[in-house]
Amino acid sequence: MAPLSESTVQCHGVSAEIFEQGSGRPVVFLHSGDGLVHCAPLIEGLSHSARVLAPSHPGFGHTALPSAFRYVDDLAYFHLDLLDQLGLDDIVLVGASFGGWIAQEMAIRSTARIGHLVLIDALGVRLSADETAVEIADLFALHPDEVARRSWVQPQRWARNATQMSDDELLVAARNRESLSLFGWMPYMVNPLLRRWLHRIDVPTLVLWGEADQIASAEYGRACAAAIPGAVFQLIAGAAHYPGVEQPAAVASEIVRFAGLPACVPASTAALAGAQAQASL
Amino acid sequence: MRVWQFTEQPYHPVWDAVPGPLKNVLPNSHIDPRIAADLYDQYLDQWQMCDDLGINILINEHHATATSMSASCTLPLAVLARTTKKVRLMSLGIPIANRPDPVRVAEEIAMIDCYSRGRFEMGFVRGAQYEVFAAMGDPVTQTRRFGEAYRLILKALTTHDAPFDWQGEFFQYRGVNIWPRCYQDPHPPVWMVSIGAGPGAWIGEQRARVATFLTGRDSKKLFDGYRSRWIELGWGMPPPEQFGYMAMMAVADTEAEAKRRAWHIAGYTRTQTRLAPQFNSPPGYTPARFVALDQRLRTDPAYVAESRTVQRSDGSRVPLYDATIDDLIDAHVVFAGTADQVFEQVRAYNRHVGGIGNLLMMGQGGDLSHADTVDSLQRFSRDVLPRLQDLQVGDYQPAPATPQPIAA
Repeated sequence: MAPLSESTVQCHGVSAEIFEQGSGRPVVFLHSGDGLVHCAPLIEGLSHSARVLAPSHPGFGHTALPSAFRYVDDLAYFHLDLLDQLGLDDIVLVGASFGGWIAQEMAIRSTARIGHLVLIDALGVRLSADETAVEIADLFALHPDEVARRSWVQPQRWARNATQMSDDELLVAARNRESLSLFGWMPYMVNPLLRRWLHRIDVPTLVLWGEADQIASAEYGRACAAAIPGAVFQLIAGAAHYPGVEQPAAVASEIVRFAGLPACVPASTAALAGAQAQASL
Repeated sequence: MRVWQFTEQPYHPVWDAVPGPLKNVLPNSHIDPRIAADLYDQYLDQWQMCDDLGINILINEHHATATSMSASCTLPLAVLARTTKKVRLMSLGIPIANRPDPVRVAEEIAMIDCYSRGRFEMGFVRGAQYEVFAAMGDPVTQTRRFGEAYRLILKALTTHDAPFDWQGEFFQYRGVNIWPRCYQDPHPPVWMVSIGAGPGAWIGEQRARVATFLTGRDSKKLFDGYRSRWIELGWGMPPPEQFGYMAMMAVADTEAEAKRRAWHIAGYTRTQTRLAPQFNSPPGYTPARFVALDQRLRTDPAYVAESRTVQRSDGSRVPLYDATIDDLIDAHVVFAGTADQVFEQVRAYNRHVGGIGNLLMMGQGGDLSHADTVDSLQRFSRDVLPRLQDLQVGDYQPAPATPQPIAA
């Protein structure tokens, strides 16, 4: 098994860091607004069945934010360009939370390089006609403890804690949060036009949702899935907004089965290896 | 030296009635509109009285907060532009990065300048960090938006030959052509605000006037940065008129009574911390590297944030929000006492910072009563103001610029 590797690519003048592990059919993982922290077990789990590529969005991780980038459209076109540059075909595009918004924006533009789409507690879509309905909890205006409570089944294990973070981790977290607010401040975490173009997603789509998600409810997730032609909706038990972190083995296994990837190694092995790889993300 | 009367127009009756945050999340069911109307009357009456006291009028705005009912600074200034005749009127300021329509801001400025026959001074602010939530203006691009809105407003106020188009990063217009135009030519004086010293040079480059508030001795660094930039640019030493400082102000016949009044005014500072923590640092308002550093420092239990302290005369620092009145007087954040004492306090501050042309007084703050406010302002006008007209600071040289510490 090839270890997690990190490289930096230049794509149309934008520099991006990419983490990569495994071989085979490409799985491109688009991270949430929290970046790639805690994502190593999922990447490791998938890497037994595929070549996993996890780029940082511009402005996240250590990837620079181009001054002209202001909209999620910029991130969608950037990642489409990156697929072109890397020559990746028939990919499994996986997007979690904010990354799921980007994945949908990519897929309504072009599925030419996408074979399967997997959305995990994806943001980005406005469904309700009631202007006052809150479909996505306000990550910026809620108390951090409340955000943690809504985000995790086990907030005490996963919520960020400055006393346990290195200086670099603190800086990356602050950059991620700043960039997330740039792209998602207003309209808050959605593109109001996205709903009407979801019919253009013409590849098999799996929508995974944390059963206990209180950032965006499972009910909302089910309705989002229903707006994508033929999409399959699947709840993940024991997870809230971040099933890829709290239940990486279950998520990897659902993705592998849905996309027809070669079988996964047992979850316990993947989790162990993932724990070792985690420090490098 | 010109002096200005200021109040945030607080809705103080609710402060002790509810626990916890006063900003952003306190529902307006806590306002009794009849009490609000009475308070507005008092605040407007205090400013109206200033027209005869030779004290100019300064108004700001805040949103969604029981600490200030001034949701618009231009509305009360428009009222006072009509009912006053002599003193000058300043907005400090209009949060132009949070306003979706800068051309509307320019139109309102031109109207107030005409109403007042050229007595308006226009201050623009970035706005407090928690205000981005009420305004929904994204904090990451806020300073860029501020810069573009500022250029657009100046262009709208100074273009008199034809409509113009504006295709900017944040604002797009066709056929901008404001009516009326400003009474003052080319436009009212521009004011900007900073707490930290960093923006001093940039504000100087704009030739805008610069104000700071409750910063005490620290304001010297801001003013010196401004002065040094003017000297670098070959513009010479900026006149004192370019500088303004706001302190809390109370004058009474005895020192004890003045300090009692100052303590009520300082309800302003004591309520500043009544804010839910998530509104205190919206992402992007402060650059990520400083946010990360701040979080690192806060993991040390002994850490005290620099921005929340002011400097005493012995060089030590005291937290602004829960300091005693004696400490705040020592730190030049409060000017309070008999007329003689207040004059000496203002003179000492003025000498320390190299001379200012504008004293921005928070003459009402917290739950200081209308009667106390009126008495304090009358005493100030009669017994202090005349003595401020010939304050001299002598031959002042700005301190050489030193690298700014990124934390205490």
